[in-house]
Amino acid sequence: MSSRRPIYLDYAATTPVDERVAEAMFRFMTFGGAFGNPASRSHSFGWEAEKAVEEAREQVAALVGADPREIVWTSGATEADNLAIKGAAHFYQKKGRHIVTVKTEHKAVLDTCRQLEREGFEVTYLDPEPSGLLDLNKLEAALRNDTVLVSVMQVNNEIGVIQDIEAIGNLTRSRGILFHVDAAQSTGKVHLDLSKLPVDLMSFSAHKTYGPKGVGALYVSRKPRVRLEAQMHGGGHERGMRSGTLAPHQIIGMGEAFRIAREEMGAENERLRMLRDRLWEGLSTMDEVYLNGDLERRVAGNLNASFNFVEGESLIMALKDIAVSSGSACTSASLEPSYVLRALGRDDELAHSSIRFSVGRYTTVEEIDHTIALVTSAVEKLRELSPLWEMHQEGVDLKSVEWVAH
Amino acid sequence: MAYSDKVIDHYENPRNVGSLDKADPHVGTGMVGAPACGDVMKLQIRVNDAGVIEDARFKTYGCGSAIASSSLLTEWVKGKTLEEAGAIKNTQIAEELALPPVKIHCSVLAEDAIKAAIEDFRKKTVQAPPADHEEPRRLSA
Ligand SMILES: Cc1ncc(COP(=O)(O)O)c(C=O)c1O
Ligand code: FES
Repeated sequence: MSSRRPIYLDYAATTPVDERVAEAMFRFMTFGGAFGNPASRSHSFGWEAEKAVEEAREQVAALVGADPREIVWTSGATEADNLAIKGAAHFYQKKGRHIVTVKTEHKAVLDTCRQLEREGFEVTYLDPEPSGLLDLNKLEAALRNDTVLVSVMQVNNEIGVIQDIEAIGNLTRSRGILFHVDAAQSTGKVHLDLSKLPVDLMSFSAHKTYGPKGVGALYVSRKPRVRLEAQMHGGGHERGMRSGTLAPHQIIGMGEAFRIAREEMGAENERLRMLRDRLWEGLSTMDEVYLNGDLERRVAGNLNASFNFVEGESLIMALKDIAVSSGSACTSASLEPSYVLRALGRDDELAHSSIRFSVGRYTTVEEIDHTIALVTSAVEKLRELSPLWEMHQEGVDLKSVEWVAH
Repeated sequence: MAYSDKVIDHYENPRNVGSLDKADPHVGTGMVGAPACGDVMKLQIRVNDAGVIEDARFKTYGCGSAIASSSLLTEWVKGKTLEEAGAIKNTQIAEELALPPVKIHCSVLAEDAIKAAIEDFRKKTVQAPPADHEEPRRLSA
């Protein structure tokens, strides 16, 4: 391993597998381990694997307050989102063909909705408030008699804001509409109790919570009972909702990761909040730095800030010793500035200048302090290079300039 | 995005960053791009009485390739006549910096910027434009 790896501050993109998780996974792969097919009913190799898979299901269910029978294994949150949205839309289409979601959802939700539009469904994409949160009145106004499904994520992957899913669920329940929640960014970060929450379908991913990539789960409520049309056909695994031989090592990894999350999330979130607040305190001493998304209703590990008059891609380039992400690139290159920030109504300039920092289990105070120093000097350097910063210093209102767009 | 060594060099050690006095009659200023698009390039040249670019400065808001394109261009135009500088093509910049296809427009921006700076200079000087230059002459201070 190279000794000069960048500081990892992109835990919202993915997390490393916890050592304890990796060890647990390894016991389910080799000949000396429990490598059996959990669907094999005729010998102990199968029984052993099945038992471990069911224990992992219990761990996942326990973290989110669900019944283990409500957990369906998938290949990740993308597949869970697809199964939930397409599965419910197809199953209930005789009741109606209208779906409501939000413009700041993950692409796994938005592109699935686009596909349903091509199939003849109608989808309403709501604008969030500038804080990133959804105004319930706007949601209520969008509901129709033929609305069958509402899909709203709990924690936004870019800006970390937490939607009030309880209030949304109460509204959808009172109208007899199904409610799906993408909770890929929630596990281990916000307390969830699905035995009380009015949520019908919820998507999870292991790799955002120190589990392996390539495994996730969909919660499918039993009370009230929710039915889905399968998207993957075959051997009838997972009660017919998702065929395909289960991957015990992946599943055990997710179970172990979620077990650890349940035990440690209290202390961990306090530590992450301290680190995140320290980072924001350090960065916000600079001029013209803006926080994106609500500060209060936000997960502990996320900081998304715009450094005005500095373009995001060049900032990322200056920050080669820090692994962070930016939704930005100029519109001429294939990437668009973050659609999430645009949906908040952020100016294009600020959307172009945004960086997401997400701290996690292995982030240290020293790394935060080093990051503050690196970002500060990079922003200063790029502002020296920026004609916009110069104009701002001269008191020119950039909005009043006639730009020669190309 | 992987950057070429030359882009990284110009990005890390940009040449000729800064501003010239835009009111100076010997200075031409070109500003192209728009903040909403994610790129703005300002390029300035100081031209002597012989029509030779003596100095050049830039400031760029944009990606690393845009910064490198403008930095390189300031090096190239110094010592050139306006005609020579105006003949520089974005493809030469893109080739020198080994820009990938999605970054070609960053070099286009640089070509546009030098053209705009030359035009600005010509507009404000009493100096006779070259024969092929169609623009009406204008006297200024
Ligand atoms: C909110 C959200 N939904 C869905 C996904 C996709 O999850 P997965 O990578 O497990 O398919 C992600 C992560 O990229 C996410 O952040
Ligand atoms: S200026 Fe647009 S990507 Fe370089």
